[in-house]
Amino acid sequence: MDLNTITDIVRPSGRDELPAWRQGDAFVGGGTWLFSEPQNKLTRLIDLSTLGWEPLRVSDQGLEIAATCTIAQLDGLAAPPSWIAAPLIGQCCRAFLASFKIWNVATVGGNLCMSLPAGPMISLTTALDGDLRLWAPDGGERRIAVADFVKGPLSNELRPGEIVRAIHLPRAALTRRTAFRQISLQKFGRSAALIIGTRDASGAFVLTVTASTPQPYQFRFDAPPSADDLTSQIDATIAGNWYDDIHGLPAWRRAMTLHFAREIRDELGDAP
Amino acid sequence: MTFKINGRDFSEQPAPGQCLRTFLRQLGHFGVKKGCDAGDCGACTVYVDGEPVHSCLVPAFRADGREVTTIEGLAKGNDLHPMQQAFLDAQGFQCGFCTAGMIMTAAALNQEQKADLGRALKGNLCRCTGYRAIEDAISGRRDTEDAKAGCGVGHNVPAPAGPDVVTGRARFTLDVAIDGLHHIKLARSPHAHARIRTIDKSAALAVPGVIAVLTHEDAPATLYSSARHETRETDPDDTRVLDDVVRFIGQRVAAVVATSEAAAEEACRKLVIDYDILPAVFDPEAAMQPGAPQIHDREPEARIHDPSRNLVAELHGATGDVAQGFVEADAIHEGTYFVPRVQHVHLETLCAIAWIDESGRLNVRSSTQVPFLTRLELAHVFGLPPDKVRVLCERVGGGFGAKQEMLTEDIATLAALKTGRPVKLELTREEQFTGATTRHPMKVNIKIGAKRDGTLTAMQMRVVSNTGAYGNHGMPVLEHACSESISVYRCANKKIDGYAVYTNTVPAGAFRGYGLPQTGFAVESAIDEVARMIGMDALEFRRRNVVRKGDPMIGLHKSPDDVIYGSYGLDQCLDLVQSALLRGDGDEPPAGWAVGEGTALTMIDTVPPGGHYSDTHIWLDADGSYAMTIGTAEFGNGTSTVHRQIAASVLNASPTAIAFKQSDTDHGGHDTGAYGSTGTVVAGRATQRAAEALRDKILDFAAAQSKADRARCKLAGDAVDCDGKAMPLSELYKLAKAFAVDVSAHGKSNGIPRSVAFNVQGFRVAVNMASGEVKILKSVQAADAGTVINPMQCRAQVEGGVAQALGAAMFEEVVIDDEGRVANPALRHYRIPAFADVPRTEVLFARTSDELGPFGAKSMSESPYNPVAPALANAIRAATGVRFFRLPLKPDRVHAGITAAG
Repeated sequence: MDLNTITDIVRPSGRDELPAWRQGDAFVGGGTWLFSEPQNKLTRLIDLSTLGWEPLRVSDQGLEIAATCTIAQLDGLAAPPSWIAAPLIGQCCRAFLASFKIWNVATVGGNLCMSLPAGPMISLTTALDGDLRLWAPDGGERRIAVADFVKGPLSNELRPGEIVRAIHLPRAALTRRTAFRQISLQKFGRSAALIIGTRDASGAFVLTVTASTPQPYQFRFDAPPSADDLTSQIDATIAGNWYDDIHGLPAWRRAMTLHFAREIRDELGDAP
Repeated sequence: MTFKINGRDFSEQPAPGQCLRTFLRQLGHFGVKKGCDAGDCGACTVYVDGEPVHSCLVPAFRADGREVTTIEGLAKGNDLHPMQQAFLDAQGFQCGFCTAGMIMTAAALNQEQKADLGRALKGNLCRCTGYRAIEDAISGRRDTEDAKAGCGVGHNVPAPAGPDVVTGRARFTLDVAIDGLHHIKLARSPHAHARIRTIDKSAALAVPGVIAVLTHEDAPATLYSSARHETRETDPDDTRVLDDVVRFIGQRVAAVVATSEAAAEEACRKLVIDYDILPAVFDPEAAMQPGAPQIHDREPEARIHDPSRNLVAELHGATGDVAQGFVEADAIHEGTYFVPRVQHVHLETLCAIAWIDESGRLNVRSSTQVPFLTRLELAHVFGLPPDKVRVLCERVGGGFGAKQEMLTEDIATLAALKTGRPVKLELTREEQFTGATTRHPMKVNIKIGAKRDGTLTAMQMRVVSNTGAYGNHGMPVLEHACSESISVYRCANKKIDGYAVYTNTVPAGAFRGYGLPQTGFAVESAIDEVARMIGMDALEFRRRNVVRKGDPMIGLHKSPDDVIYGSYGLDQCLDLVQSALLRGDGDEPPAGWAVGEGTALTMIDTVPPGGHYSDTHIWLDADGSYAMTIGTAEFGNGTSTVHRQIAASVLNASPTAIAFKQSDTDHGGHDTGAYGSTGTVVAGRATQRAAEALRDKILDFAAAQSKADRARCKLAGDAVDCDGKAMPLSELYKLAKAFAVDVSAHGKSNGIPRSVAFNVQGFRVAVNMASGEVKILKSVQAADAGTVINPMQCRAQVEGGVAQALGAAMFEEVVIDDEGRVANPALRHYRIPAFADVPRTEVLFARTSDELGPFGAKSMSESPYNPVAPALANAIRAATGVRFFRLPLKPDRVHAGITAAG
């Protein structure tokens, strides 16, 4: 929709052209959320798409995803064969409520910055131990794990004027076995629970709970626990902090989370 | 900035925060539609450098140096893109508002995506079709027939607007460029109940571009109802164009007129409104209690039943002795059922353009189902002579009853009259949820008793309908709800009590089915439950108890004398659904899921009560073709196709030889409107009569001129066959002109008497007992539509009705929070069915012919909705053993029900 309070657009082609951040500014990645709701407090848009960041960089260290990488570009990644976790990328892209047309515009960084419980890029990058490279307005940089970055719906650790530059997924995470479960109230609807399990070569088992909780939760084990241990630990840790909105009742989200946790444990629980 | 649209170079600068959608429309590309303006519906799909995107989400500045393709640029010259042709061949649309975006998306799919349309089309919402026709189009199936003389009624004649719809040329309400058009934005109440002390307009008026700020001080004092009915006294006079009391969050408080939407929005934010906050009530039961806040304090002439108890209407009816009936029963089911608020979600939001023409006459171009009634009410409210008001619509982007309401035309008129400028008001999707209308939420307590032999002994129903802050449609919806849902059953003892109650919530209004879906959910669930209790198959139980031709129809009242069995096909419908379910086809259940079948029925009067009028004028043109004006509006109901078919059949002409214009009060006559499923049954009858009168005139004249025996003259395409000798109609026209013989005719109908139509729905479902997910394995609906004038379109009406009802049955709900605010006013939070959510429904027609409708046709646009939710609930009951008393049956609720039942 038209954002009629916007009076100025900045389209920098490099970091040195980024304007000093001021109240009323918003960075535009894809713009697919920004333009989907009234933004009456905003007066200036700073377009990140003109910074020319390489969307995806594959290296021995793993995968670097530029914040401006579109969902379509990420989905199209040709991953090295050893990255057996790569199918998780397609699974998480398909967990978007949004259609493939939105994928052409929406960005990975944008999804992280929205910090919505159902953000599938949060699920993906949390489960694969992603960390974020943030650009501070003073020219500095810092890094933060995705799991620590997202605090709750529309709430995260981003400071005023700070930009997500890239997300790094370590090679170690990309070479783990994975299991994926997701459910929503409609077929292809907004995720009400999105649960990912990983297991590395040493047998370590990690369960990442997203969508059913306001922010991601991770459960790490050196070896797969018993189903009862797993579910009781989930219940004890989340402790009633199940997400409650129109897209699913908390009791159902809990039941689905525990159900999927057991399924994933069974799927990944055999010899590593 | 420079860019290309459809190959043409443009050098234009958008506003800084403008999205591509409005920029493209500003540059004349009206094929780019707004359904949601939030990226959820896909109606605005265009290509940027060949990639499909939702243009409402793309910043216009990013089009710099790019090549944009809109629906207008998809065809190569006059050659349609194959996907456009496919949508024509399969008639993959109804109202056509989503079609441009749907075609742009479909044309961009690769083979892999086409093999998984549920996923590929999840970003394209269609509210009319139920997606089957869209699937047919993308799969290359052809459902339309070529137009041929004599192939009118009974044939799959394509919609006349098809070529315009698939190319983006079809003009919907706002698809016109008007010089000097001004824009209206509405300031809305943040309080559920408040009196406005003062409105300080000064800062708003100081916003550059603002030319007027209109408040209750500018609005006429005349009270009216936004609901439109043939008889205006049907609804209470409880509404002002702008009031000094607000009664729900979202009620309009002020209207700003400005040279741009941006200025109007800014001015709305700058208004300083001082409210005296009043106590509010949101629950209808509480609102009826003594001491509840009184929402309307109006005089008796406002026709509010009891303002002191917030009752807009209270209805009671009884026959026999229910107490005795329950004593006689071997089994009794009693339950309190609830159907929540749902919204129509017509893809074209409510909108209107108003202007004063050179002669000083008010013109209103509106997205309406009722142009003629709107004209009369505008004249009434603003004290204008009716001939100084013209209301018209072209193509309307969906209605479903929501546009049987005057919610934009009144404000647009006020603004046009006060400023003298042409003005536009377009509701946002959010305003559709917070400031328009919804279905009436109803709490229905039902008690039904039966003997072990299958005899119904008593039916008792108490209905509490929440009409929201205004009483539009409150009484007639309640009355309808309490009628056919009960009167379809023969039972000696019945008692019905109904209350339509004001609350401080968004008003309810007319919505497909008009009360019957709500009570039908309760009655048909209870019938199913009683059948179980006496150990009888539910269809067999219904078969024994439904009215048969000739039986009195007794609901709230004994049916009025003007409702007759013009035909009766309920028995066939029950048989058709039963045999379809027995066939056992459909999808296989996933391993481990519980399976069950359920059915439900509905009866509906074919026309609303109290008279429903329509006029058709038809004439012969100089080239030997025909032209007509019809009053009824086209919003995807397909009636313009049907009118051409009817005229073509009577005149033995090709449907394409009949041009027509419609839904413009300037055409003269009167048309009550396209509501109550009357576009075919009532308006079609007027067209049939007009065509018959014209045929007789032409044949009389041809016989006289050719000296042939009148009985041996007949129309044959573009000529009259005068006993073997052809007289071309163009020739006849010239002769008639020379002899000053009139070759035009007029037909009228009044909707009296009325008949009854029937629908039966059957489902087989699988339920995942662990997750509560429901998968529909088989869906079948049998419809008694009388003579089916256009099988393709009538099937599509049924499919669309099933899909819309499945949305309400499975997940739609407008949620009101503790303060009375709509909590989910966006399509991503108020999900309507997408392609993947809708199963294919087998549609079967009873073989009947009605003695009242044109060519034996009956209504078939509302009623397919009505039996869907209870049939689904009954199937889930069969699968899970759990009776669900509340819609929607979302997986989380089904899961909760299963868990609670242990």
